Amino acid sequence: MAEIQIKNVAKRFGAYQALNDINLTIADQEFMVLLGASGCGKSTLLRIIAGLETATSGEVWIGGKRIDHLSPKDRGIAMVFQNYAVFPHLTVFENIGFGLRMQKLPNDEVTRRVGRVAGLMHIEMLLKRYSGELSGGQRQRVAVARALAMEPDVILMDEPLSNLDALLRMEMRAELKGVLAESKTTAIYVTHDQVEAMSMADRISVMHEGNIVQAAAPIEVYRDPAAKFVASFIGNPPMNFLSATPEGNGKWQVAGQTFDGPNTAHANLQFAIRPEDMQPSEHGLAATARIVEPLGAHVLVTCQIDDAMFRVILDSDTVVKAGQTLTLAPQSDRVRWFDPDTTLAVA
Amino acid sequence: MTDATAVDMSTDTRKSGRILYVASVVFLCAWVIVPIYFLLINTLSSPETVNSFPKSFIPEFDFGSLQFFAGFAGMLTALKNSVIVALLTMVMSILIGAPAGYALSRFDFPGKGLFRLLILLTRAFPLPLLALPLAVMFIQTGLDDTAFGLALVHTTLAIPFAVLITFSLFSGIPIELEEAAWTLGCTRLTAFTKVVLPLILPGITASAIFAFVISWNEVFAAAVLTIENRTLTAFLLQNLDTSPLHLKFAGGFILVVPALIFIFAVRKYLFAMWGIANR
Repeated sequence: MAEIQIKNVAKRFGAYQALNDINLTIADQEFMVLLGASGCGKSTLLRIIAGLETATSGEVWIGGKRIDHLSPKDRGIAMVFQNYAVFPHLTVFENIGFGLRMQKLPNDEVTRRVGRVAGLMHIEMLLKRYSGELSGGQRQRVAVARALAMEPDVILMDEPLSNLDALLRMEMRAELKGVLAESKTTAIYVTHDQVEAMSMADRISVMHEGNIVQAAAPIEVYRDPAAKFVASFIGNPPMNFLSATPEGNGKWQVAGQTFDGPNTAHANLQFAIRPEDMQPSEHGLAATARIVEPLGAHVLVTCQIDDAMFRVILDSDTVVKAGQTLTLAPQSDRVRWFDPDTTLAVA
Repeated sequence: MTDATAVDMSTDTRKSGRILYVASVVFLCAWVIVPIYFLLINTLSSPETVNSFPKSFIPEFDFGSLQFFAGFAGMLTALKNSVIVALLTMVMSILIGAPAGYALSRFDFPGKGLFRLLILLTRAFPLPLLALPLAVMFIQTGLDDTAFGLALVHTTLAIPFAVLITFSLFSGIPIELEEAAWTLGCTRLTAFTKVVLPLILPGITASAIFAFVISWNEVFAAAVLTIENRTLTAFLLQNLDTSPLHLKFAGGFILVVPALIFIFAVRKYLFAMWGIANR
């Protein structure tokens, strides 16, 4: 059992508050992704869990044991670094076996375990090589194998794929997901790539300015963003927003049209919809197409509704020209509402 | 037409630039090599040739002067002293300098900039200024005329270089390598010995050799602080003053050659120290 509990963790670098009072519980064997733009504190949080950084306040528990005062080697963790950190003076075999040698395991046990994880990561034929003779993708595999060989309770990954080219990244993404699911370790994975987060995570924690804005399953983060930040950070292109004024009894007026919305006393709200949740129809929002980008699988149309930019993804057979006026109907169960003052979602 | 002229002009400028470059290289090389070459010729010539004119540009391979030195009373003792002092300097400057270089490269502490400046400032005090107080202090503590005492002074001279070289070496090792070692079961110390040290060992060796050369070449402190246990430089300084010309050449040669060889061996790291890329 390796449940991770982060209790009231805060971190300050001088006058700069990197993390504000973080509370997060990660279940045993869960794959948690910390997602956010650079500087949001996600790497700092990971490094605090690893013991490479000390929290200014708060506690970290792994498997029911408080570990925030322990040194990294005593926490039962293994870490994969962004630049791989493969030791250049050791062969791939000795790199993978490094942690096992530190535990003074017998030779045959080291050989067995190195052989097993090398097989998992498909690098058996590289065991005699040095880091300088490997490609970026191979180094990445060595770094992951080295972490897996430790058979840790928790595996921590700090943007492990961001130095790989796009094709390799996609391949490694799927492979890593499979290997980690099989290893039954709890994993925390830091990334700024939302596709990586969506495709790999059991749960995503979206971070912004030192806070966790939302921690939920990927599809929930996508469909029901807890705050406007999440709605505009996740999804490419992001969610569209239009301002709405109340008509009473849960009716809201958006760009001349009336929609059913939350029955609240807000003076105004923001109407939000994903680009793919709009359909051309008889009735709906009048939008002037400005830029039409055929992307093969679909057409991305950037339009203007009143003064707001608005993006829709339409079927690739749709014939649209710039300047043309479209009538777009939102799929009613996909409409979300946000409070413009607190930026939080309103149900 | 205009195209052709433009091409001509650019090849012209390139050619004259190239000539200037080659000329500068030849001049600088000559500046350094010619005196050393004369030293070599005169060392390997018989006393008569050394004092005659015109000079030959081809050495005679007469080992008389060098043989004289090998048999000269006190010469071997001085050589031994020089080596002992230089070895002590080498060990002490690395033991003190490398941790300082590590701290400068890895830790942020208040006054770091000032500390770096102070390290360089130790070279700003001329030794003659310090010689008298040092001599008095050494006599009071009994360090005068010992290899260890002299090595202490030489260590002071070598430390700025040891710190700067090791600082740049440590800065070249990504911190992630150490962090990875920590997460794989290392303490700060074992991460250093198992990961950092193997990676910087060639550089540390270079830094040590440089300290050796500094001590080997140093003459002022050696002359002031030793009497019986003279190092080679101080010994030659004392004796060559009144020696014939061919022995002066031979003595100079004996001093220059080891230093040249050592510096040549570690040139790559000295460039690194001054921020020039390794070639």
